[in-house]
Amino acid sequence: MITYADACRVINNSRDEAVVVTTMTQTKYWYQISKHPDLDIGIANAMSKASSVAFGIALGKPDRSVICLDADGSLLMNFGSLATIAGMAPKNLYHFVFNNGIYSVTGGQPLPTPGVDYAKAAEACGYASAYRFEDVESLDSLLPKILAGPGPVLIEIMVQGEPQAEGVDQTWESNAKMPLQLRALRKRLTGSDDWGPGGPYL
Amino acid sequence: MYQALMDEPSITVVPVAREGEAIPVAAGLFIAGQNPVISIQNAGLYEAGDALRGLALGIGLPLVMFIGYRGHNRKGDTPDSAATFLEPYLHMWRVDYFVVESDEDLDRVPLAFDLAAKTNQPVAVAIGTEYAKSVEPSEVAQGGSR
Repeated sequence: MITYADACRVINNSRDEAVVVTTMTQTKYWYQISKHPDLDIGIANAMSKASSVAFGIALGKPDRSVICLDADGSLLMNFGSLATIAGMAPKNLYHFVFNNGIYSVTGGQPLPTPGVDYAKAAEACGYASAYRFEDVESLDSLLPKILAGPGPVLIEIMVQGEPQAEGVDQTWESNAKMPLQLRALRKRLTGSDDWGPGGPYL
Repeated sequence: MYQALMDEPSITVVPVAREGEAIPVAAGLFIAGQNPVISIQNAGLYEAGDALRGLALGIGLPLVMFIGYRGHNRKGDTPDSAATFLEPYLHMWRVDYFVVESDEDLDRVPLAFDLAAKTNQPVAVAIGTEYAKSVEPSEVAQGGSR
């Protein structure tokens, strides 16, 4: 088993100037250590779709690496995205899946089945390569080479589940954070500050 | 329509396995500086409900959504619930929309783009002639088409 903190630290060491799209428990740990918050977005308030947003960014900016910190429960809900991603095969997309076997943010209920091998599933769908890591030393030693190679790659990380008794943070401010982050990232990637306010939070 | 899109060199088609992916993929493309639209059927829009809520309405995404109006007919009496619920569904989400039933209606499409850009909100264009032969209400009453 790998801890969330260790996995995020190792990924952060190798991210370079990659865009990082996070969701669920990974977001909490990533925000504590990220060295480029201006290139980060946390997909909250849209179930399971972090990988699809990361895929869209990767297609739209093929010259920049895009990292997604996805989760097993989220990927099960958006499982078809493996085939969608494999179909367009963006070479700059690195899809991490934190496998903890539970739905953390709703209290720790188990997934329908704990035995899914997400790396094998990605490989079967046609990802360029896929890995599964159960210790941080192996992740640390291989990750620079993986991120230097062509995507799409799925990197499954076995982590200890952390049920969150407090549930999902749903204040007005927390929900406004995502649209603000998305606008800031578009400005950072395109140099254009033309996405004005819209929606219930801005 | 699919073949026409594939044949147009200025358009890149991104096929998705499930309609719920279309809106978040479009959001990612827009963040990256591209100009996405989505093209899905009404039944797929229902499947995409949470993505529509969180990643289009919730973030204020200026996105034109071409929606195949499966089951549509001008008499308004259709056996296809995918058609029955489309306009009430769009009203429920407070999504503005235009219905395009023939070539004469095509000037509504640029209006949809203008409205999406002006409001930073998704706008739907419901394509009402996806199926040229619609079912007549009289056939439904007789149970002949079920």
